[in-house]
Amino acid sequence: MINNKQPLMWLPRVLVMLGVFLFLYVPLLLLIVNSFNANRYGFQWDGFSWQWYLKLFNNEGLKVAAGHSLVVAMLASTVSVLIGSLTAVALFRYQFRGKQVLQSGLFVVMMTPDIVMAIALLALFATIGIKLGFISLLLAHITFCLPFVVASVYARLRGFDHNIIDAARDLGATDAVIFRRILVPLAMPAIIGGWLLAFTLSLDDVIVSSFVTGPGYEILPLRIQSMVRVGVSPEVNALATLLLAGSLLLVTLSQWLTWRAGRARPQSV
Amino acid sequence: MNAASPLIQISGLTKSYQGKQVIRDLDLTILDGEFLTLLGPSGCGKTTVLRILAGFEGVDCGTISLDGHELLAQPAERRPVNTVFQSYALFPHMSVWDNIAFGLRMKKVPVAEIKARVDALLETVQLSHLAQRMPNQLSGGQQQRVAIARAVVNKPRLLLLDEPLSALDYKLRKQMQVELKKIQRQLGITFVFVTHDQEEALSMSDRVAVMQEGRIVQLGTPRSIYEEPATLFVARFVGESNVFDATLVSRIDERHARVALEGDECTIDDGGRFSPGDRFHVMLRPEDLRIGEMTNGQLPEGLRGTVVERNYKGATLESIIRLANGTEVIASEFFDEDDPSFDHSLGQQVAVTWVPSWEVVLPYEQ
Repeated sequence: MINNKQPLMWLPRVLVMLGVFLFLYVPLLLLIVNSFNANRYGFQWDGFSWQWYLKLFNNEGLKVAAGHSLVVAMLASTVSVLIGSLTAVALFRYQFRGKQVLQSGLFVVMMTPDIVMAIALLALFATIGIKLGFISLLLAHITFCLPFVVASVYARLRGFDHNIIDAARDLGATDAVIFRRILVPLAMPAIIGGWLLAFTLSLDDVIVSSFVTGPGYEILPLRIQSMVRVGVSPEVNALATLLLAGSLLLVTLSQWLTWRAGRARPQSV
Repeated sequence: MNAASPLIQISGLTKSYQGKQVIRDLDLTILDGEFLTLLGPSGCGKTTVLRILAGFEGVDCGTISLDGHELLAQPAERRPVNTVFQSYALFPHMSVWDNIAFGLRMKKVPVAEIKARVDALLETVQLSHLAQRMPNQLSGGQQQRVAIARAVVNKPRLLLLDEPLSALDYKLRKQMQVELKKIQRQLGITFVFVTHDQEEALSMSDRVAVMQEGRIVQLGTPRSIYEEPATLFVARFVGESNVFDATLVSRIDERHARVALEGDECTIDDGGRFSPGDRFHVMLRPEDLRIGEMTNGQLPEGLRGTVVERNYKGATLESIIRLANGTEVIASEFFDEDDPSFDHSLGQQVAVTWVPSWEVVLPYEQ
């Protein structure tokens, strides 16, 4: 709050906040500005221009890679949401042998460094003879997305009174009905949130992907990485700006869903 | 409603968790249309009995029949039994109306009938104006009524209530006790109510089953439970009580005997159960005791002691009397403003007496 009696008290606070925001956002702002800069090297402002975006849309290789990335991200997030949600429901509803092991196992996968995961998956694919390419990439992405989906859906379900399942059974609902009419609607915000998270994780993964994809199936992050090896081209700025806009949209969407879901939460019981 | 015909017959019910027996060879008959309360301290197995009746738990052995049909073979979703949960367990993503209609929709009741029944019941529990609210927009008392409505709308043969009032504050709880009884009378549904609150059990039930360590130790009307407890446990758990150690000195006749009681001697009606030298307990409710003061330098016959505490309780005066051997006795007397000797002073010598044969004689326990 601004204190009228001591007019300069608020100044240090504002300065610190300004510093933090500059630190966080200057790189992003620079990138966005340069994507519209007519100057190739971005050291000075040579006027507004769409040329890098146009160039981007004419870059066939980049477009193919982006298409691959989207397909893999869509499939990987959808499959991991299907498996992950069912896993979360099982963890919430049933007591079974090995439940603890499953839970810690998922946690271990979440905590494993990407590079270790990458080597492990590569070794696995080599051993069982899966050719590196689309399939291996998809399997790898499902693997590292899965625990995040389980964690997000399970956390949401655990916030609800466990008795609602007994209550539904008591009122005549079969297991299938409980799943469809109670568990899925309650978990839906977390399921969508989990999907968005998995989609983002898959879309910007570099380390694991660089190990498990083949030369025949190039994806966007790897393509960008190879492009910037020889210096940041303005096309990459344009691409990054588009990706940023996309991510912001997804984050806004997931925040809005969480906010809406918050209204359907039970009072503390 | 035929109060004499049995609805549920439980026999030989046994259940253990991880090797620990929580229900031990339990037999119980629940009558059609009655309000039966399972009363006991936490961990006595009362909630487990309820969950077994609902179908949420299996049993190790024993049978339960409803109207002569085996109940245990049916899964929870097919039993004509509904439950009101302690936490209410309302569906948070459905409106009040949809919560109540859930059971009828599951049974594929025609839409028009669902509407009529839900609306009528909302009227009964006085929630018509909140039909479209979500559960988290309701107060605790309102959620409670939705939970009851959601269960009774299905017209179950048996309604199970698992400490449904424990989350409410004192005043609301009293109000809901009256309302629950009213709903039960109106609908004629058999209620099995679980509580650890003995006052609640006594005031609401037709019959009370007192449970201890997985067994029913006494089953009877609230009055018989209170006035004629079968064991020391029941006497101590239900209501306030004074329990004395007694040893029989000599028999007077077939019913009466002289007994050494906490250092004094008095006459007890033991029904001829004991012989000289036998030990047993004598239980007296605080409100059954009278306090006799010195008249002409002479105390009346009774347990002699001194008043050590007086607590004003509004309608009654509660006195604590320490007997010669140190035992403390609680006596609760109604005010009699015309009696000059009523207000005992601290430190006064008095004798505790009671109306002959109001004492309850219980077998000796360690």
